[in-house]
Amino acid sequence: MRKLTLAMAVLGGLSLSGSSFAATEIQWWHAMGGANGQELNRIVKEFNDSQNKYKVDPVFKGTYTETMTSAIAAFRAHKQPAIVQVFEVGTASMMAAKGAIYPVYQLMKDTREPFNPKDYLSSVTGYYSDLKGNMLSMPFNSSTPVLYYNKDMFKKAGISSPPKTWEEVAADSKKLLASGAKCGFTTGWQSWVQLENLSARHNVPFASNDDGFAGLNTKLLFNGPLQVMHITKMHEWQKSGIFSYGGRRSDSVPKFYSQQCAMYTGSSSAYGGMVKNAKFDFGVSSLPYWASEVKKPSNTIIGGASLWVLRGKSKEQYKAVAAFLHFLSTPKIQAEWHQFTGYLPITHAAYELTKKEGFYKTHPGTDVAVLQMTASKPTVNSRGLRLGNFVQIRDVINSALESVWSGQATPQAALNTAVKRGDALLRRFERAHQ
Amino acid sequence: MSVYFPQKKLPYLLVLPQLIITAIFFLWPAGQAFKQAFYREDAFGLSQTFIGFGNFIDLFQDPLYYKSMGVTMVFSFSVAFFGIAIALWLAVMADRVIRGKMAYQTLLVWPYAVAPALAGVLWWILFDPNIGPIALFLDRIGIHWNHFLNGDQAMILVVIAATWKQISYNFLFFLAGLQAIPRSLIEAAAIDGAGPFKRFWDIVFPLLSPTTFFLLVVNLVYAFFDTFGVIDTTTQGGPDGSTNTLVYKVFKDGFIGLDSGGSAAQSIVLMAIVGLMTVVQFRFIERKVQY
Repeated sequence: MRKLTLAMAVLGGLSLSGSSFAATEIQWWHAMGGANGQELNRIVKEFNDSQNKYKVDPVFKGTYTETMTSAIAAFRAHKQPAIVQVFEVGTASMMAAKGAIYPVYQLMKDTREPFNPKDYLSSVTGYYSDLKGNMLSMPFNSSTPVLYYNKDMFKKAGISSPPKTWEEVAADSKKLLASGAKCGFTTGWQSWVQLENLSARHNVPFASNDDGFAGLNTKLLFNGPLQVMHITKMHEWQKSGIFSYGGRRSDSVPKFYSQQCAMYTGSSSAYGGMVKNAKFDFGVSSLPYWASEVKKPSNTIIGGASLWVLRGKSKEQYKAVAAFLHFLSTPKIQAEWHQFTGYLPITHAAYELTKKEGFYKTHPGTDVAVLQMTASKPTVNSRGLRLGNFVQIRDVINSALESVWSGQATPQAALNTAVKRGDALLRRFERAHQ
Repeated sequence: MSVYFPQKKLPYLLVLPQLIITAIFFLWPAGQAFKQAFYREDAFGLSQTFIGFGNFIDLFQDPLYYKSMGVTMVFSFSVAFFGIAIALWLAVMADRVIRGKMAYQTLLVWPYAVAPALAGVLWWILFDPNIGPIALFLDRIGIHWNHFLNGDQAMILVVIAATWKQISYNFLFFLAGLQAIPRSLIEAAAIDGAGPFKRFWDIVFPLLSPTTFFLLVVNLVYAFFDTFGVIDTTTQGGPDGSTNTLVYKVFKDGFIGLDSGGSAAQSIVLMAIVGLMTVVQFRFIERKVQY
């Protein structure tokens, strides 16, 4: 009997390999290096081994920028992958390229793959959905800013719990400085944390047109009273040692590792790095807000990347893409990815599963980001940002903030300049997409 | 002095491979850039609009572009000047050494094998305000180093990183140039009572002028075009645009900003600037060169 099965399998295999029944192959270009990249490969292998109709081929393409630009170059040369991972600031560029992308909700409908947008965290999918709430890309690795604090230094300064508001950050920092700390806090990704998320958390627009969701003729609004007040405060804090600037991106995190600064506001996905590099007891808390401005803060917005499906592939290949995206969203895979990388779980089921497994008990602080994202219903100001040329706008904002930190410009003047330069970039994008 | 070849076709045939390479790797892409500079295009190339000089007008109305030009001039001339001056000094010193000559010369050439991007990262770590040994040392002697905020310090850092690498290259040429100077000339001057300093300025330096001129042209071209790796791995043009050189701006607007038209217009302007500079160098400085 076993011999017979084997013979049939061999025959079957022969006929399969010799005809169009061979597994449909699709390429997935991604930007996950290091440990996260290995985990990604493991997940893909699990998918490939789970069935024999489709085969996903993951290709590491370098940084987010490199991955996106090489996918665009490939599209222009008609050699694009079926799936590409694009960082959140590239969202508007992808969305505007209507002839190049296959919206995920459309793909799922066309291929009749099971798909319910309600399964996903709305504060995550909001960033990637159109005005009608249709998901255009599939969230994959999302993070949000949180506050990390050094428990040992807090204990030394006689502070029992982490600060919830910026008022408390200032008060606690004074105590920390008095107990010998070099600085109170430092921040990573200053535009994302101190302006984009500041605006969302206080339910204040960052840009017109519902933060850019409603059209291309968007104007930037981050030179309003709230943002100017916050940057003015940070500048004052910088002079008194409460805040210390440590560079763009996450260049400032060594200040926290080396215990110069007792607090760090940065991405929730920095958790893994903290575990590895912090030689002290650290805690995670939600991103502070101004108690003087709001009673209850809104949710924060996300960073990270999502998966876009590109046009120009066969029907069979799109079936493979849909099956794979479905697989990625299953609670088991999502929970594994979330627990391994520290990125947010993108479905409610994955969060519940992780909770049930007791992960948050054994890894305290890893649920802060999820709770912060889901504590309130996203408003038009906390859904996300959709700005063309966003990469350059971030650069403009970084420059403006640096001119404040170095004392060359006042907060109001610097933010006004950034808005003016940013608007020019938005107009350029608008003109290119008419 | 001219050489005449009997055949008409052979010389063309001999330069053909070089011409083909130039056409494929320079003329064709340059032509593409030239065409793109007159179009406005979205990132995916789905729509293209001819806008004439629109991209150039945008460019010359942008105050940041003029800032970038100023930054590039400071950066390029600093790199060329320090690269040539330090290499010349090292070459003169290495030429004098009698024992262990090979060891010194080899060590001085080594940095050239380091890729520009890596050179940038090396210096970046050495000067990191939080963990870099040089920054910590400077802090101790009272110089507060923070290239994340201080534009001048960031500029000094990228100049050091870009120059360090180039010194080895310049050194090789100067050393060869020095060794080609006949000993008898220097000895004659010494017998006539010229001191080492006078011997250098009146004999060695003028005789090295063809080498120096060649290196000036090559170094300026290097600083204008080949240094974007150094900047990309260190400051990325910051803080506040103080190290945003023209070539880095071309890269950033084109490859990160995905604005192919604006980036192409910039590269046309950059090509024109470097072309003009090279012409000026050959017309005016070369006259002072003694071959």
